[in-house]
Amino acid sequence: MTATQPLIVPDFDTDTSGRTLAIICSKGNLDMAYPGLILANSALGEGVTAHLFFTFWGFDLITKSRMRKLKFTPLGNTATHMWQGLGGIPGMTGMATKRMRKAIASVDVPDVPEFLDQIVASGGHLWGCRMSADMNGLTEADLRDDVEGIISAADFIEKTAGAQLLFI
Amino acid sequence: MTTTTIGDREIHVDAEGFLTDPEEWDAELAEKLAAQIGIEMTVRHWEAIRLVRSDFQSQHESPTVRRVSMLTGIPIKDLFTLFPAKPAKKMAYIAGVPKPRGCV
Repeated sequence: MTATQPLIVPDFDTDTSGRTLAIICSKGNLDMAYPGLILANSALGEGVTAHLFFTFWGFDLITKSRMRKLKFTPLGNTATHMWQGLGGIPGMTGMATKRMRKAIASVDVPDVPEFLDQIVASGGHLWGCRMSADMNGLTEADLRDDVEGIISAADFIEKTAGAQLLFI
Repeated sequence: MTTTTIGDREIHVDAEGFLTDPEEWDAELAEKLAAQIGIEMTVRHWEAIRLVRSDFQSQHESPTVRRVSMLTGIPIKDLFTLFPAKPAKKMAYIAGVPKPRGCV
């Protein structure tokens, strides 16, 4: 049965206009760096504004000296379904990190710095946490150039008024 | 199966309006589909759309923005200017291929 309708055109305009997503990235493990970036990237691709706030361990994602050295450890992560003692063996973190990097690359997902390049190119906004910077003695010079500023949590809340918020 | 009429042509589409039969697509139709969503095709738009078509034919999957950028060399920022707000879906719509299902 074929139903002929005069005009069916996808509605690309109305459903996301004015929507904003605020994502707080608080983890610095390689595996936990990705959820926030993937969601930010997807939101931007749907015309949703995205602001990312990097705090505590998540600060590593935007710190030049650390952003290429994120690691993954099976320790304390029962979802690896490995004997937990294995995670403590010397060299295990390095090996697990290498395997995870390979698995991420195999599905065409970029490394964290390149992923953030893509997010910024798509219109995303990156912010560093003031307290995290002060605790570690870091300044804007230590961060990616496209971080728009080091701001307080209160400033971030103000900037993202009305946004949907994700804490990762 | 649903059909819709774009210009003087009847085409098969899904519930949202994406073409379901890639064989019904041609350049003239692409210009009309683009116009429906407020896009006037330029040489640069065509560069992206041709890539989406050829990539879909070889990979049997609609490319993501990242993939289109990597394969054409068009910066992601420019793709967002050419196909505002929802580049991956808009490119797929104009190229007559399904919505991309990749995440990144």
